[in-house]
Amino acid sequence: MDIAVEEVDAVAAWRAERRRESWLARLFNARPFLIVLCLAPAIGLLVVFLTYPLGLGFWLALTDSTIGQRGHFVGLANFVSIVSDPVFQLAVFNTIFYTAAATVGKFSLGLWLALLLNHHLPFKAFLRAIVLLPWIVPTVLSAIVWWWMYSPQFSIISYLLVNVLHLRSTYIDFLGAAWPARWSLVAANVWRGIPFVAVITLAGLQTISPSLYEAALLDGASSWQRFRFITVPMLMPILSVALTLSTLFTFSDFQLVYAITNGGPFNTTQIMATLAYQVAIPGSQLGQGAAIAISMIPFLIALTALNYFGLARRKWQQGPANE
Amino acid sequence: MSDTAAGGGELLSWDSRTRRVLTVYVPLALFVIILLFPFYWMAITAFKPDSEMEDYTHFNPFWIHSPTLHNFDVLLFHTQFPRWMLITVTVAIGSTILSIVCSVLAAYAIERLRFRGSTHVALAIYLAYLVPPTILFIPLATMIVQFGLYNSPLSLILTYPTFLIPFCTWLLIGYFKSIPYELEECALIDGASRMQILRRIVLPLAVPGLISAGIFAFTLSWNEFIYALAFIQSTGNKTVPVAVLTELVTGDVYQWGSLMAGALLGSVPVALFYSLFAEYYVSSLTGAVKE
Repeated sequence: MDIAVEEVDAVAAWRAERRRESWLARLFNARPFLIVLCLAPAIGLLVVFLTYPLGLGFWLALTDSTIGQRGHFVGLANFVSIVSDPVFQLAVFNTIFYTAAATVGKFSLGLWLALLLNHHLPFKAFLRAIVLLPWIVPTVLSAIVWWWMYSPQFSIISYLLVNVLHLRSTYIDFLGAAWPARWSLVAANVWRGIPFVAVITLAGLQTISPSLYEAALLDGASSWQRFRFITVPMLMPILSVALTLSTLFTFSDFQLVYAITNGGPFNTTQIMATLAYQVAIPGSQLGQGAAIAISMIPFLIALTALNYFGLARRKWQQGPANE
Repeated sequence: MSDTAAGGGELLSWDSRTRRVLTVYVPLALFVIILLFPFYWMAITAFKPDSEMEDYTHFNPFWIHSPTLHNFDVLLFHTQFPRWMLITVTVAIGSTILSIVCSVLAAYAIERLRFRGSTHVALAIYLAYLVPPTILFIPLATMIVQFGLYNSPLSLILTYPTFLIPFCTWLLIGYFKSIPYELEECALIDGASRMQILRRIVLPLAVPGLISAGIFAFTLSWNEFIYALAFIQSTGNKTVPVAVLTELVTGDVYQWGSLMAGALLGSVPVALFYSLFAEYYVSSLTGAVKE
């Protein structure tokens, strides 16, 4: 009899347990609940640390906030004052020059490197892996090496040109004057960007069917024509995405310039990001710094739109969707 | 692919081989030399004694005549370098794990729990990738101060996911797409819950994607600079990239030896980590762009 009672209790307990479990299980199988649960961490982090600060940035740009002091609303005063500031104008020019020159450099050289790597080569995977190193190594750390290579007295590049190749008679003052400093920064940026472009383009090249080249060869196309009418159009979709990301990140670059010249000499290599940092954090003018950072947004949108309409649209024009 | 297809055998093979050497191997060798030279220069400078470093007339600068560990000794025992390393590793691992967890859940919801507007959510997450940290660091810095996280590595662990989650989510959506629906349906019929399916079926099959996303997130966090520069002031809590630049450059005389040693030691872990998984890295870099 005792045993029977115990059994009944056990069954009841088991049922209660099961009901509770099934309630939780049902909750965890309800799609709306699951969707919210799964999206909440990612969306939450992005809203708190990306969307909200973006809005806050717009607000700060309209105030005269300084570090440690909440500012008052001043309307567009910050924007008015920076637009007439020659340093800001120079920074805008430098940023555009830096982006344009570096993008042209890294895409033409990166494309060339990809075409070279696309040949049948021994140790191809190894080559591709080591070629990516400049992209992997922390930018600031490689920038410090460039800074050392640009040293006015002990530059290894000058040594090579003067003492080994005898192409020049004096050492180059890479970072001492405006234009040499700008080109030096572009060179360092191109050096870091080539691997990114090359590896992405190489992946695109490997998806192009060899039969296209064979057909063109039969039709008597020259190697330039094969490149121009097969390689380039087939690469366009992947190149346009790479170009969008690359121009955006070059335009908003900070660390390379901060590490090598820090905007100098006399603000001649100051780009918008370094100027925003200098005004906002060491200069403690948060409102004005935010206004400089916010004024990068129209350029970023224009760049994205330019890439999108100039390059990406060709993909649709070629015919029915291939994705 | 020689143009003179009807030429004589011997001459043609010699001609095409020279051409191949001149148009492929020589430029390729130049590319490799230029791309790798800065690392060589970094490494040999780190092992040079001060007397050789700035004397190119008595010593050939491309080689080390009497290698020394002096620069590493200074770095490891007379600065807080080991601590900066520890902070960097903690921040990189912490933010990587946080972003991977968030991204796996988000990618699963978007790709497999199909709901109205899931493509819009995916697009919004992708757009977040296009917002550069350089326009966010000023307002973020004021928020970090208000949250009481200024000078704390936690501020970096919480903010790095803003640029890691978009990338990892897109990568993982691609991987989840490649897993057949039938497997999930079988598990559903066998009575598995959604969470069990994610844990026992989808995740094991997406391991290559998880590794790719993990390496990418790790190298990006190791590389991050502007947040680490803006949110951390005290010497002891800096990350390696910021500390090498701000703490080792003192006054007008640059200690190139210890700077290069710091750059070398700061690059080696990430380069080693990359070399173990280079294939995954390449596939994630190209995969994400293709999507």
